[in-house]
Amino acid sequence: MNALSLLGRYFGASMRSQMQYPASAMMLTLAQLASTAIEIVSIWALFDRFGAVKGWAFGEVMFFYALIGISFSFADFLTRGFDVFGSDFVRTGAFDRLLLRPRSAALQLVGHDFRISRFGRFFQASIILAIATGTLGFVWTPQAILLALWTIAGGVAFFGALFVLQAVMAFWTVESLEAVNALTYGGVYAGQFPISFYARWFRTFLIFIVPLACVSYFPVLAILGRSDPLGAPDWFLPLAPAAGFLFLALAFLAWRFGVSKYTSTGS
Amino acid sequence: MDALRPYIAAFNSRFLLMMQYRAAALAGFFTQCWFGAVHVMVLAAFYLGAPEAAAASPITLSQAVTYTWLAQGLLAVMPWNGDPEVAAGVRTGSISYDRLRPVDAYALWYVRAAGWMTARLVPRVALMILAAGIALPLIGQGQWAWQPPSSLSAALLFALSETLAIALACAIVMLINIIVVATLNARGINILMQPIVIIFTGNLLPLALYPDVVRVALFLQPFAGTLDIPNRIYFGNLTGQMAWAGIGLQIFWTVLFIVLGRFWLGRVMSRLEVQGG
Repeated sequence: MNALSLLGRYFGASMRSQMQYPASAMMLTLAQLASTAIEIVSIWALFDRFGAVKGWAFGEVMFFYALIGISFSFADFLTRGFDVFGSDFVRTGAFDRLLLRPRSAALQLVGHDFRISRFGRFFQASIILAIATGTLGFVWTPQAILLALWTIAGGVAFFGALFVLQAVMAFWTVESLEAVNALTYGGVYAGQFPISFYARWFRTFLIFIVPLACVSYFPVLAILGRSDPLGAPDWFLPLAPAAGFLFLALAFLAWRFGVSKYTSTGS
Repeated sequence: MDALRPYIAAFNSRFLLMMQYRAAALAGFFTQCWFGAVHVMVLAAFYLGAPEAAAASPITLSQAVTYTWLAQGLLAVMPWNGDPEVAAGVRTGSISYDRLRPVDAYALWYVRAAGWMTARLVPRVALMILAAGIALPLIGQGQWAWQPPSSLSAALLFALSETLAIALACAIVMLINIIVVATLNARGINILMQPIVIIFTGNLLPLALYPDVVRVALFLQPFAGTLDIPNRIYFGNLTGQMAWAGIGLQIFWTVLFIVLGRFWLGRVMSRLEVQGG
C-alpha cells in the first residue's frame, strides 16, 4: 500500500470514529465556528471607532483575517498528531510503537487523527471572506483564485511547520510546549492585520525568522492588486508563500534530527 | 476558627500544588508577552492613525496599553473553564468522596478554585510587572509600558476591586463546575465559555472601546467585574462615585452567583449519579 492510500485509510477510520457521535461532532464544529468568529467583533469595533488605518479599511483587513483563518484550519486539521505528540506519544512511550512499524513516523502522526471540528474555523473564515468580497466589490479572476489557493497552501505549510517544531521540542521537554501557542494561535492573531501595523523589529521577525508575513501579508497584497507600502518589490509578492514550504522543509530537518536523538521514556 | 480549618487547608494545598508548575508559568508568560505586544501594537496603530477619534476615545492610548498588560498579567483570574479537579472527579467518580466529607461542598470547591486561581496568578503577574512595568521603561520603551496606578487612592480601590474580581471569578467558576457536574462533561461548557469570556471581560479589547451605544450594557454585565472594572479603577478612568458603582456591581454579581450556585449545587448533588468504580 502506498503512502497516499494509507493516509486515505487513516482518514476514513478517523472520520468513521467521529461519526459514531454525529451530534457531538456537529456541536464541536459549531462551537469552533462561534469561538473563532468572535474575534472579528473586536476588529470591527476598532474600525468603527477609529476608521481606516494606514490606508487599510475593514474590508481589506477581513481579507487577511479570512485567508489566515482558512490556512490555519487546514494545518490544524492535518497535524493533530504533532500537536499532541509530547503528551500522547513521548511521555507515554507510545512513540516507540510508531518507530517499530515499517512506515515513516511523520506519516503515522499525520494519520493519527483528523478533527472534524476544525472545519468550524474554516466555515467561519469562508463566510468572512465572502463578506469581505462583497464589501470591497472584489472580482475573483482565475488568477486571483489561483493566487489565493497558493497562499493558503503556503499558509498550511507554515502552520504545519510550527506544529512539527512543537513536536520536535517535545523530544527534549517531554511535555507539549504551551509556549508554541504564542506562535500558532498568536500567529493567527498577528496575521489578521497588515504588518505595517507593527513595529519594525516585529516586522523583521515575521518576515525573516518566523515567515508569517510571507504567507499572509505579501500574497494578500498581490491578490488585492496593491503594491507594498513598505517597499517590497511587486514581483516578490506572489512568490512569497514559497517561504512557507521552505520553513516546513527546515522543520522536517529538525524533526529528523530529533528522531535520531530520541530516547524512550516508556517502560 | 476550627470550623474554617478544612477550607484553609484546601486552599493551601491547592495553592502549593499549583506553584510547582514553574515551566507552565514560564510558558504562559511567554505567550502572554507575545499577545500583549501584538495587542499594544495594533491599538497604537489605530490610535496614532486617527488623532481625532483618539482624542474623543473614552480611554487614552497609554491607558489602553496599561489595560492590555493588566489583562495579560491577570489572565489567570478569567473564568475560562471549570476547575479541572471537579471535572476529573465527575469522570472518575471520586466526586462521591466530596459528598462524604463533613464539610460544605460549595465552600470547599470555592476555596479550592480560589487557591488554583491565585497560585497561577502570582508568578504570572510578577513576571509581567517585571517585563512590562520595569524592563520596558529601562530599555527606553516607556511609552509602551505598564504604568503605575494613577494615584494612591486608585491603587487602594484597585486592590479592593481586584480582590472582588477574584471572588466574582470564583463564583462564576463554581457555576461552571455545577454545570459540569449536572451534564457530566466539561468539554461543552468550556468551549462555550471561551468566546464569552474573551469578549465580555474586556480581555480582547477594552470594553470602553466598543461602540458607545452598548457601553452601558457592557458595564452592567457580570463579566466586566472580573477585569474591566478593576482595570479602569487602576488608571483612574473610574473615580469617585463611578468607582464605587463598579465595586457595588462586583459585590452584587458575586453575591447573586454564590446564592444561585449554592442553591443549584444542592439540587444537583441530591440527585447525583456517580460514574466510575
